[in-house]
Amino acid sequence: MADLTAVLGPLQLPNPVLVASGTFGYGEEYGTYIDLNRLGGIMVKGTTLHPRRGNRPPRIVETPAGLLNSVGLQNPGVDAVISEELPKLKELKCPVIVNIAGSTVDEYAQVAARLDGHPTVAALEINVSCPNVNEGGMAFGTDPAMVREVVQAVRGSTDLPLICKLSPNVGDIVQVAEAAVEAGAQILSLINTVLGMSIDVGTRRPTLTNVFGGLSGPAIRPIAVRMVWEVYQALRVPIIGMGGIASGRDALEFILAGAGAVAVGSANFTDPGVCLKIIRELEEYIEAQGLDGLSSLVGAAHP
Amino acid sequence: MLTTVRKNTMLTDRIYRLTLSAPQVAADAQPGQFVHVRTVPPTSWDPFLRRPLSIHDCSREEGIIALLYEVVGRGTTLLSRLRPGDEVDLLGPLGRGFTLVPDRRPVLVGGGLGLAPLLFLARRLREARQRPVVLVGCRRGSDVVAIDDFAALDCKVEVATEDGSLGCKGMVTTLAEKHLECEDAVYACGPRPMLAAIAGLCRGAGALLQVSLEEKMGCGIGACLVCACPTPKGYARVCTDGPVFWAEEVDLRG
Repeated sequence: MADLTAVLGPLQLPNPVLVASGTFGYGEEYGTYIDLNRLGGIMVKGTTLHPRRGNRPPRIVETPAGLLNSVGLQNPGVDAVISEELPKLKELKCPVIVNIAGSTVDEYAQVAARLDGHPTVAALEINVSCPNVNEGGMAFGTDPAMVREVVQAVRGSTDLPLICKLSPNVGDIVQVAEAAVEAGAQILSLINTVLGMSIDVGTRRPTLTNVFGGLSGPAIRPIAVRMVWEVYQALRVPIIGMGGIASGRDALEFILAGAGAVAVGSANFTDPGVCLKIIRELEEYIEAQGLDGLSSLVGAAHP
Repeated sequence: MLTTVRKNTMLTDRIYRLTLSAPQVAADAQPGQFVHVRTVPPTSWDPFLRRPLSIHDCSREEGIIALLYEVVGRGTTLLSRLRPGDEVDLLGPLGRGFTLVPDRRPVLVGGGLGLAPLLFLARRLREARQRPVVLVGCRRGSDVVAIDDFAALDCKVEVATEDGSLGCKGMVTTLAEKHLECEDAVYACGPRPMLAAIAGLCRGAGALLQVSLEEKMGCGIGACLVCACPTPKGYARVCTDGPVFWAEEVDLRG
């Protein structure tokens, strides 16, 4: 069988297909449908210092080939994640990556410090791109100086490999990517959801209580592929590509654009088995092309 | 899992009953549970999300389930085009269903298509030798469906319509006011304001109440947290903590 090992700087994955944060909870629910050990890794739900209640419903609306969500980082807080959720993931064979968020720079640093050295945690993904919270989140991710400050603060609080998850809601993604890498991020995740909105013509009001939401699903894939391409071309940094991936072919687009691994998000809602299908399709592609592994494909679409 | 369409019957100009051959679902399903239905074949991703539909009827012996749906958008329009023999991908049965309360008179209250899960419930209550009273409320008489099926189970059925074109004129709450007694176990499904009104009546009468909630869903299995329902202890997930809740567990006005 084809060797799908993916190496992203300090992080080695058994295969390049991760599940994206916020779409997979802490894995437990999907464990009924698939063998979680076969995933390339699990990026668990965005975790903050204190519990967050989340936004008032409705929190979702379907859009063409996608959806808008405004969950608002609902989570039980880092202490409960450490005591309740991470122990359940201890025996898992694939790496567990914790997505961290905060409303202040110091909060990011404190969450990172509490997770530092945790034996179940393979890496941290810094979420500077959540569009659904009023403070922090995307407000950090759209300003290169703030991204630098957050990543530096987290870097000073942990020795874990650091991934920075970037927002697409910026003019120049390369500028933000550069800031994150200079501040100590070893890997970049891109993209988070695209800021969007829907209006209910029946009630003549915004459909989501939070007014704006994050757009995900196949609808955003071309935007994501373009941004992976741009960042890879400029920085040659390890990238986890994400945004509307629903098939092996989709995953290959990201890999060819420069992603060393990919994450699958919303497609899990539609097909809980989609990640295993994508892994199989990547294996088939590599075998059919007579390749040794993935590495020769990463960024191969660049001239 | 893939299931096969047996029948897709148009009941009114907008309401359909989809009968599926789904032996595994039929074997496991409890009244009040739902299935998460993909409206397109596995190669298509538009419409993107599955549609949560409560199990309207179920026969373990025949290995079939029935779903009741109203054509409101792209997904349900696609469902309405399914023909016998077509394949439908669904997840389920999902969620927490109704708890059958022994030794109390069952009163089933359905507003509009909230009636959907109550037929399967009535069937199981009859198997448990209980005889439900079924109260149905609709906007117009032409929207009223499935009451013959309840009658066939020897349930006592009462109908209210807002325009008075069938049964008594008014809301289903008008019927509930007349019928509720303190020893009742009430099972309700319908719009949130109706459920809130029924909850008030049940509190007044001292009746036990379970409500089945409807909410837009993402994953349907408890991971994505979009189908949030306010409770005194933060948000619950309608898909896995519900869709059926004891009335005291949730804030029906939130």
